[in-house]
Amino acid sequence: MIDKMQTRVNADARLVHRGRWVTLTFLLGIGNDDYLIGIVAGKITTIRRRHLATDTGEFSIRASAKSWAKHWQAVPPRDYHDIFAMLPKQIAKIDGRLESLMQNLQYFKDIIAKMRTEEGDTNDH
Amino acid sequence: MTIDFEPMTGRYFTLNSGGIEYRIYIEEAGSGIPLLCLHTAGSDARQFRHILADPDITGRFRVIAFDLPWHGKSNPPKGFRDSDYKLTVDGYKQIISDVCFALDLQSPVVMGCSMGGRIVCHLALENPAYFRAMVALEGADKLEPYYDLEWLHRPDVHGGEIQAAFVSSQVAPASPNEYRWETLWHYMQGGPGVFKGDLHFYWLDGDFDERSPQINTKACPIYLMSGEYDCSCTPERTLETASRIKGSKVTIMQGIGHFPMSENPALFKTYLMPILSEIANIPA
Repeated sequence: MIDKMQTRVNADARLVHRGRWVTLTFLLGIGNDDYLIGIVAGKITTIRRRHLATDTGEFSIRASAKSWAKHWQAVPPRDYHDIFAMLPKQIAKIDGRLESLMQNLQYFKDIIAKMRTEEGDTNDH
Repeated sequence: MTIDFEPMTGRYFTLNSGGIEYRIYIEEAGSGIPLLCLHTAGSDARQFRHILADPDITGRFRVIAFDLPWHGKSNPPKGFRDSDYKLTVDGYKQIISDVCFALDLQSPVVMGCSMGGRIVCHLALENPAYFRAMVALEGADKLEPYYDLEWLHRPDVHGGEIQAAFVSSQVAPASPNEYRWETLWHYMQGGPGVFKGDLHFYWLDGDFDERSPQINTKACPIYLMSGEYDCSCTPERTLETASRIKGSKVTIMQGIGHFPMSENPALFKTYLMPILSEIANIPA
């Protein structure tokens, strides 16, 4: 489940360090489900499902559930292996204010990729 | 203590190209057929260090790799602060031709990657008799831009970090971590606005698809080699390019991205060696 993003990111001291300038909420869209991911100084502090129409984030990254499932395979197939490979193929879409995303692009790619299947995982994103 | 030096030697020379003097850094190793290697946009000739150090290649080829002006250890020209860097088709062709002339290369093979894989098409069309063969790594004749180049050069975004983060999408997931990050390190070290200036050629000025059918591959054989995971010069775009260049030979390299020679040198070698053998047997 998406909660494991928080556990895995916060357990990765180097990743948190690289994101130390990041304090914001962004929206991750998985199919029809929108999640608001709150970050303070590189640590994920909250992940919650969007429940109000006014709930939003500084920017959003959206793809279908099937596409994220491919992105999160241990070795993803081509076109699904990176958000910036998914964008030109229109598999993923980004919107909003992009400055923070671009200033910390590898960090955001890496925290999302933390959902990638690891040894011992079940396939239950 | 004995130092185990790597076999390539690096030197500087001054190149006059288009009336402008450039201090150029160049590395070479081996002897035989000249094999001139052209690095990708926003990087430098370090990408070819494994080719330069491989005796299976340098036993038959004089491998040469230089940093374009503004890249790596080659300087920008005097007065560079007065203008933004922007690579053009004509400027790029001129530099390569002038390097070939300065080194007095006879019947060289040119192996370029990405934008280097594009410019070889231009060179093959214009001077097929001079070149022995072209190897276009990740080189389609036309690409569609998919992000705003302004992100690459602005004060509120670190140029090195964003360049590496953009191109990390073009490294195959199974490429060895050591080489993935070495490849990205080169991007982290690019000068301000240089990657953006290269992409002006690669995305905007260098389209070649209308002229591809005019290339005479009997006079100058062309080999197109692209990685499965390249999301810029995709396998589909490479195959489309090959269909326009009659007589070209195309290889899709499984498990490789946009930087075959630097992201996975061992796997790349398995694809490259048969092609180099074929090229070595082409009469000069």
